[in-house]
Amino acid sequence: MKTMNVSLVGVGGQGILLTSDILAKTAALAGLDVKKSEIHGMAQRGGSVISQVRFGEKVYSPIIRDGASDLLVSFERLEALRWRHLLAPNGRVLINDINMTPITVSSGQQPAVTDLDARLKNEYPGALYIDAMSLAKSVGNTRAMNMVVAGALSKLTPFSVEVWEQAMRERIPVKLIDMNIKAFETGRAAVNY
Amino acid sequence: MSQKVLLSANEAVAWAACKAGCTVASAYPGTPSTEILENVAKFKDAINCEWAVNEKVAMEVAIGASIAGARALTAMKHVGLNVAMDPLMTYTYVGANGGLVVISADDPGMHSSQNEQDSRNLVKFARAALFEPADSQEAFDMVIAAFEISEKYQVPAFIRLTTRTSHTSTVVDVGDDFGPGKVERKPYVKEIKRYIPVPMFARPQRLKAQDRTAALRAFANETPFNRIEAGDRRLGIITASVTYQYVKEVFPEFAVLKLGFTNSLPAELVKKFAASVDRVLVIEELDPFMEDQVRALGIPVVEHATELNMLEMNPARLMALRKELLGDVDVPEVRRADAGLPTRPPVLCAGCSHRGVFYTLAKLGATVTGDIGCYTLGAFPPLNAMDTTICMGASIGNAFGMEKAGMKGRLCAVLGDSTFFHSGMTGLLNVLYNGGKITTVVLDNRITGMTGHQQNPGSGKTLCGEPAPVTDIGEVAKAMGFKRVVRVDAYDLATLERVLKEELDADEPSVVIAGGPCRIAAKLMNAGTYEVDAAKCKACGACFKLGCPAIERGEMSADGKRFKSHIDPVQCSGCDLCRQTCKFDAIKKIR
Repeated sequence: MKTMNVSLVGVGGQGILLTSDILAKTAALAGLDVKKSEIHGMAQRGGSVISQVRFGEKVYSPIIRDGASDLLVSFERLEALRWRHLLAPNGRVLINDINMTPITVSSGQQPAVTDLDARLKNEYPGALYIDAMSLAKSVGNTRAMNMVVAGALSKLTPFSVEVWEQAMRERIPVKLIDMNIKAFETGRAAVNY
Repeated sequence: MSQKVLLSANEAVAWAACKAGCTVASAYPGTPSTEILENVAKFKDAINCEWAVNEKVAMEVAIGASIAGARALTAMKHVGLNVAMDPLMTYTYVGANGGLVVISADDPGMHSSQNEQDSRNLVKFARAALFEPADSQEAFDMVIAAFEISEKYQVPAFIRLTTRTSHTSTVVDVGDDFGPGKVERKPYVKEIKRYIPVPMFARPQRLKAQDRTAALRAFANETPFNRIEAGDRRLGIITASVTYQYVKEVFPEFAVLKLGFTNSLPAELVKKFAASVDRVLVIEELDPFMEDQVRALGIPVVEHATELNMLEMNPARLMALRKELLGDVDVPEVRRADAGLPTRPPVLCAGCSHRGVFYTLAKLGATVTGDIGCYTLGAFPPLNAMDTTICMGASIGNAFGMEKAGMKGRLCAVLGDSTFFHSGMTGLLNVLYNGGKITTVVLDNRITGMTGHQQNPGSGKTLCGEPAPVTDIGEVAKAMGFKRVVRVDAYDLATLERVLKEELDADEPSVVIAGGPCRIAAKLMNAGTYEVDAAKCKACGACFKLGCPAIERGEMSADGKRFKSHIDPVQCSGCDLCRQTCKFDAIKKIR
């Protein structure tokens, strides 16, 4: 297969790194070469976060070039615009339908974006949206929001549900696994693709 | 049967240390190297591992273990290596007994560092061996080889990682029946001519160090970690580290000399490669470490205008290089949509125990020399409460230097508990000894926060979670001879202001310990919730000055000029600071 490039972006604390971990594990379990690269450190304190996963027969660079992400998964609406330059011309976009106000706006240092809906529509006419927060609430834990997104994302990858679940079991503690798998299935059912 | 695991290079180093029979590991946390020891701790039954108080001590512990004949490992970020250079420089004269492997994790592009420096220069300077893995598999294989090389040639062996290798996970074949390797500890023989490099013994050791350099050069020419990959000979590319991956992607058709072992540089192999291609191009991350040496061999290297010797390397930069050199690619236009977007910088957490101290220091108009940790974020608006940050422990010496230079006003050094233990203590003693009058504030949250909550001598636990003695910073200051040592609750703004004002204005040196747990480490992020009563809020903006991410602009005031405040119940962790700033009693605890 051609190497697939996935960029996952959002805000520190949203569970992006765990999601990309599970995606990478899924690809590895499927027998593919995989590279998962992330930047953390300063980003832990509520800053922008990015993690990139590449998989295929043979993967060299861990970094995805600007304009070369086949899939852009944004865990937050504003961040989807911030990372627009990552997306390939025919790439797919999955957006978690949630707004997180940056402190620069809530504290009045910088103006808010007032036309976010219009800008998103303009940039991503074919984007898939998922209300992962509400769906996570419906399975009983908002902290599983990332696995709802993972479920939706799984529809856009070539891997079976069984492999995804195996990767989740290898990565998530036993006492939380059932709830997380439920969140994953809810997310998977929520997008039509 | 061989086992394949998805590992970051940091994890791969830990797995390899276990397999190689390493029995002692010591490190101080620092991004991007921190996860190395955290993963070594998973093999704690086989490897005696610890958080050292700083990198110099970590290096000394590892050297001690090496002298005793054990295989030992130490790990640090690039700036940590600066701290550890002193013992290293002499140990390369003494020569390793048990294998000594040093991991230096560089941070090209400064994702979480105050500078980007190319550790390879320091490794060459110290005459140590150097491996540069391009992915986690190589990190794993090279650590195992490094222990062997270190023993065979009696040199400390370095593994240079970068943020991009440290934090990239790739598939690693960890071999058959993975488990702790059993390596007999080499005998330690008392030998003062070797282990005590007083001048008369150091001179002959200097010559031996030179012989080792020559032996390493021979090794470099033979090791399979340095290999020629055949390709179009019109251009031959010499590369190393993760940069190799970008070269394979952007210049896939050309011949490549892929170097995994770069100190000493394999001169014969480089000459052979250069002779086999029309033109030689050197591509590496940060300094022209290899390029300068290739030129020194008399080999012409392709010149180019594309800047590659600073900031992080990536495939796009090599695309630009290819466009310049070969003109056969277009750097694609990339559509951006981030114009005018508000930034999302890192901030002190809602409820962080550092916030009240910076709020108060700003109010008191102090000149604040800062240090390395989460609290460096106190420099940013709206707190604006820090003037300088140089390196670990520098805050105290910097404030004292300002005093010595004749600066007037309230001079204050601020540093965290872990930084205090790392290298703040010596600076503090210097203030007392030399008659300084500055105030030193230690933000005592009993954890190493910025790197992800590692234990330290103040936290009562070791790397492996075992109980440890708790060192009281106030008692340390008193034992040094400080007369003015005050401990204050970091969440009590009135007392903080009174104490800080008193100490800053005192005509004697003083130490203030502002105590309050890291709310993430102490699991207090959900400890309570506060609410603003909009009817009582006068939109005075006092609580906004805290810069708390939970305090947002709420409704407009009646005059339509200012915003009332509103507290995001999800982010609020119930620290109470905002209630204390409100003169109108508009903020109350609801949970």
